[in-house]
Amino acid sequence: MRAAVRTYGKLVASGFRQESHYRLAAFAGLVANVTFGFLKAAILFAAVRASGGHLQGYDVGSMSAYVWLSQGMLGMVNLYGSHELGERIRTGDIAVDFARPVDIQGAYLARFMGGRTFTLIPRGLPSVAVGALTVGMAMPATVTPYALGVVSVLLGTAVSFACVYAIHVLGFWLVETRGLQLLYMVVSGFFAGLFVPLPLFPAWLYDAAYATPFPSVMMTPINVLSGQLTGLAAWHAVVVQVVWLAGILLVGRLLTNAGLRKLEVQGG
Amino acid sequence: MAEAAGALLAPYKAVLASRIRAQRSYRASFALDLGSSLLVGLVELAEVWILFHNVTVLGGMTFPSIALVFGLADMAFALADLAFGHCDRLPTYVRAGTLDVFYLRPQPLLAQLVASDISLRRLARCLVGAAALGYGLVAADVQWSPATIALLVVTFLSGCAIFSALFICAAGLQFFLINGAEMTNAFVYGGRYAATQPARVWPGAIKVVFGMVFPVAFAGYLPVLRVVDLPSPHPFPEWAGWAAPLAAVWAWLFAIACWRWGVRHYQGAGG
Repeated sequence: MRAAVRTYGKLVASGFRQESHYRLAAFAGLVANVTFGFLKAAILFAAVRASGGHLQGYDVGSMSAYVWLSQGMLGMVNLYGSHELGERIRTGDIAVDFARPVDIQGAYLARFMGGRTFTLIPRGLPSVAVGALTVGMAMPATVTPYALGVVSVLLGTAVSFACVYAIHVLGFWLVETRGLQLLYMVVSGFFAGLFVPLPLFPAWLYDAAYATPFPSVMMTPINVLSGQLTGLAAWHAVVVQVVWLAGILLVGRLLTNAGLRKLEVQGG
Repeated sequence: MAEAAGALLAPYKAVLASRIRAQRSYRASFALDLGSSLLVGLVELAEVWILFHNVTVLGGMTFPSIALVFGLADMAFALADLAFGHCDRLPTYVRAGTLDVFYLRPQPLLAQLVASDISLRRLARCLVGAAALGYGLVAADVQWSPATIALLVVTFLSGCAIFSALFICAAGLQFFLINGAEMTNAFVYGGRYAATQPARVWPGAIKVVFGMVFPVAFAGYLPVLRVVDLPSPHPFPEWAGWAAPLAAVWAWLFAIACWRWGVRHYQGAGG
C-alpha cells in the first residue's frame, strides 16, 4: 500500500515537473485565456445589463466570477486532453506501457493530475487575478466554499481525464480517433458551460447538459467555488461528481481490458 | 500569358487535387469529420442563440441582425480555415522537417505551405454560416438596394482575406513561438469569436485589438450596421461599414511582414 502511494506520488510529481519545463507554452496559454476572458466578459456583462442587472441568478459580480474562474480552470481541467495516449495506441507504443508494473489508467491519471496542477501557477491563478483586479468578482466570504471548491476542482479535473481516456482507448478498435476527439471537444465544452453558463440554457438544453458528465468537469466546480451552490446543494453536486468519476473510470478500465485482448503489435 | 499562368499553377493544382482525393477515399472517417465540423458550427451558433434566448436586444442588436454578423463572419472564417487553417500548425512542420523539404523546391515557401493541405470538412461548417446568413437576410430589417448587395459581397470577400491573413500571421509568429502556439490562438480563434459579437459591448482595449490591429469587426459587425441601418459605436465612423477591403489590405500587409520576419529568423531544425 505504502509502495503504491509512493509510486503514484512520484508520477504526480513527474507530471508536475514535465509541465513546468514548458514556460513559454504556459505564458501563451495565459495570453489566450485572458483574451477570451475579456471577450466572454464583455458579451455576458452586456447580457446581464440588458436584462436589468439580474439574469438567471447572475449579477455582474457573479457573472465576472463565472467568467474568470472558468478561464482560470481551463488549463487545469484541460477539456481538450493530451493526444499522447491516442498516439501511443495508434503507433503501438502502448505495448511498452502495458509491460510496466503499474496500472495504465492509474499512471496516466497521476501524471495528468500533476501536470494540470502545475498550470494553476502560470495560467489559472493569474487569469483569476486579472479578472479580480480589472472588473472585480463576487466571491464568498466564508472558508467552506473554498475548501469544498478545491475538492470539486480536483474531481472535475479527474472526470475530464476519465472521459478523454475512454475516448482514446476506443482507438484500440477505431485506430484513428481524431474525428471523435473533435466531436468530443465541441460537445464537452458546450455542456461543461465553457462559453455560456448553463443556467442561461433553455430548460430542455439544460436538462440535456446535466444528463452528461460534462457539467461535473467545469460548471460544478465553478458553482461550488463561487458560492452559487451552498450547503447541502454543494455537497450533493460534489457527490454527483464522485459518481460520474467512478462510473467513467470503470468504463475506461473495461475498455482497456477488452482492448488489451485485441491488441496486436508487431516487432520485438 | 494565360498559358504561362497555367504552367505556374499546375504543380499546386496537382498537389491540391491529390489531397482532395486522399480525404475522400476514407469515406467513414471523412463523414465523421464532416459531421464534427457541422456540429462545431452549430454549437457556435447555439452559443449566440442562447444569449438571445435570455434577452431580446444585446449590444443594440436583435437576433436576426446578429445572425447576419455571425453568418458573414463565420462563413468567411470557415473558408479561410479550409485554405489556410493548417498554416498555424507550422511547429509540427518544423519538427517533422517538412518545412526543410519545402525549402528545397523551386516554389515559394508560403505557397507550398498553403497548398500542402486543404480541409474539405470545413465546408460543412460553412453551411451553418450560410444558413444563419440566409435567416438573417429574411428576418432582419434589411434596407435592400443594389448597394446593400454590393456591400454584402465585398464584406464576405474581405472577411475571407482578413481571416486568411490572421492564419498567415500566426504561421509567421510561430517561427519564434515553437512551444507557444497557443498565443496565436488568442487572435486567430479569439478573432473568430470576437467577429461574431456585437462590437458595441467591447471595452476600449478590445476595440483596439479586434477593431484595428486584427480588424475582425470589419468582417461582419460594422458592415451589418449599414445593412440594417444602425448607428456605429464610438470610435468607428459610419463609413467604416464600407471599409472592409481597407481592413483586409492592412491585415495582409501585417501578415506578410510577420511571415517575412519569421522566415528570416528560421535557421532549420537540422538533420
